[in-house]
Amino acid sequence: MAQPTSRQLVLIKVTLFLAALVPLAWLVLDGVQGRLSPNPVEAITHRTGDWILNFLMLTLSVTPLRKISGWHWLLRLRRMLGLFAFFYACLHFTTYIWLDQFFAMSEVWKDIAKRPYITVGFSAFVMLIPLALTSTNSMVKRLGAQRWRKLHRLVYVIAVFGVLHYLWLVKSDIRLPLAYGVVLITLLVLRVPSINQRITGLQRA
Amino acid sequence: MIIKRASEFKSSEITDKAVYLKRREFLKAAGIVSAGAAIPGLLAARVEAAAQKLQYIKNKKYLLDESLTPYQDVTTYNNFYEFGTGKADPARNATHFKTRPWTITVEGHARKTGTFDLDDIIKPHSLEERIYRLRCVEAWSMVIPWVGIPLADVVKRLQPTSKAKYVQFVTLHDPKQMPGQGGFLGGGLQWPYVEGLRMDEALNPLPLLAVGLYGEVLPNQNGAPVRLVVPWKYGFKSIKSIVKIRFVESQPPTTWNLAAPHEYGFYSNVNPEVDHPRWSQARERRLGDGSFFAPKRPTLMFNGYGEQVAHLYRGMDLKKYY
Ligand code: HEM
Repeated sequence: MAQPTSRQLVLIKVTLFLAALVPLAWLVLDGVQGRLSPNPVEAITHRTGDWILNFLMLTLSVTPLRKISGWHWLLRLRRMLGLFAFFYACLHFTTYIWLDQFFAMSEVWKDIAKRPYITVGFSAFVMLIPLALTSTNSMVKRLGAQRWRKLHRLVYVIAVFGVLHYLWLVKSDIRLPLAYGVVLITLLVLRVPSINQRITGLQRA
Repeated sequence: MIIKRASEFKSSEITDKAVYLKRREFLKAAGIVSAGAAIPGLLAARVEAAAQKLQYIKNKKYLLDESLTPYQDVTTYNNFYEFGTGKADPARNATHFKTRPWTITVEGHARKTGTFDLDDIIKPHSLEERIYRLRCVEAWSMVIPWVGIPLADVVKRLQPTSKAKYVQFVTLHDPKQMPGQGGFLGGGLQWPYVEGLRMDEALNPLPLLAVGLYGEVLPNQNGAPVRLVVPWKYGFKSIKSIVKIRFVESQPPTTWNLAAPHEYGFYSNVNPEVDHPRWSQARERRLGDGSFFAPKRPTLMFNGYGEQVAHLYRGMDLKKYY
């Protein structure tokens, strides 16, 4: 699909939007049916956490995929993917504040200050906020493309912090966080200028 | 599906189980099978265990005024990395784990050493039920009615000599049966799993060698056929599927301490004042008591067993000996 019509693009976006809500629907359904393990708070935290990372990785795949395939319209999906990462981050954070800590804010601040995995997770979440707020077309205009692009480079830091957060919270089985790490490193390496040029060239050739 | 499970049950080796097991009538078990099949979460392991009621006395000294964690939760949410690192993995992966015949090898500074059949180790004692809190290092807890025999009685019968200062326990190492012991990174632990107690801890009346829970033979995912239960220490001290007991002179290595020495000490007593480096131990979530939308409960010093065990650590800096 080198260039979908604008109607096709709307269809793609609606489908993506609905698909991105499936993990939430699935979570709610499992919750209602009592299928969230004997420790539902843990299950909700883990599932929402997984989906933040999944959406961050998808967001970061857009540019390399676009370069490799030449499908420039993929760029039109990036904002939605990023916002869904933010959406699941809000759910994840709310789960922590509400179900895990039950609004014991002094405990929450202690956790954020003392526990490296919470510190990096929280920093990542805080950094996501300005990116979500400046995601509209009018904000891109107001900031100017250059400054907007600079600000949105924060997403690399967020993704690295997200993976670190995961790596630091597991007890001993680091296989999954490592897998995310490998995916992230791949996505970052594809952005190294010389490699970036080569994959762009791939498509032209 | 029901029929398949029922026939699986019929042809299983239940009949040659130990003498202390009383076989329940098939029809009754089949009734449980169909009831079990109606609830999707109930697993085959439940079905197998259902046929194996234990005979035991209820020890009135060890009751709790707290609601029991449902059987379903106790048997589907397990940390047993030998069968996978996910909490639901053991119930799935341990269904065909072979728990008979089972021997325990006793080594080291004791008069009675050698390899013994598990049933011969258990037989001289009478099984008792005790209700204990179980506090996991991950800040969740359960209340479980265990069936077993006091560890101290077994230790005394093996007659450790004065050189025996510690008791080491070893779990079965069998990657063919325990998929978590093989594979990429093996869950991040070294196998076999090893644990240990100081001799005075082992001789304390609290630790149990458990062979059952909820009046039934221990489900495989809970550490069958025999596991330790040390209620004032974090759950990982309560080693499962024990094949070796060693009486040693110096403090033995323990698995989680080897994996992350600054996070898990030899003692690992439940202590709300000493945090895990990565999370707080001040509070815990009690599973299965309907407290989903409620704050966690405060964790008790020595998991509430201070009266029975605090004297063991008098004068020790528990921040240093975590
Ligand atoms: C962009 C930001 C974040 C990302 C990408 C992220 C990602 C994750 C992931 C992948 C997991 C593990 C899921 C699993 O085991 O399957 C997780 C767990 C967790 N996260 Fe986050 N997280 C973020 C922010 C936060 C924040 C802000 C907090 C709290 C202040 C937080 C608290 C937790 C907790 C408490 C756990 C569970 C730890 C445990 O079970 O031991 N996270 N997160």
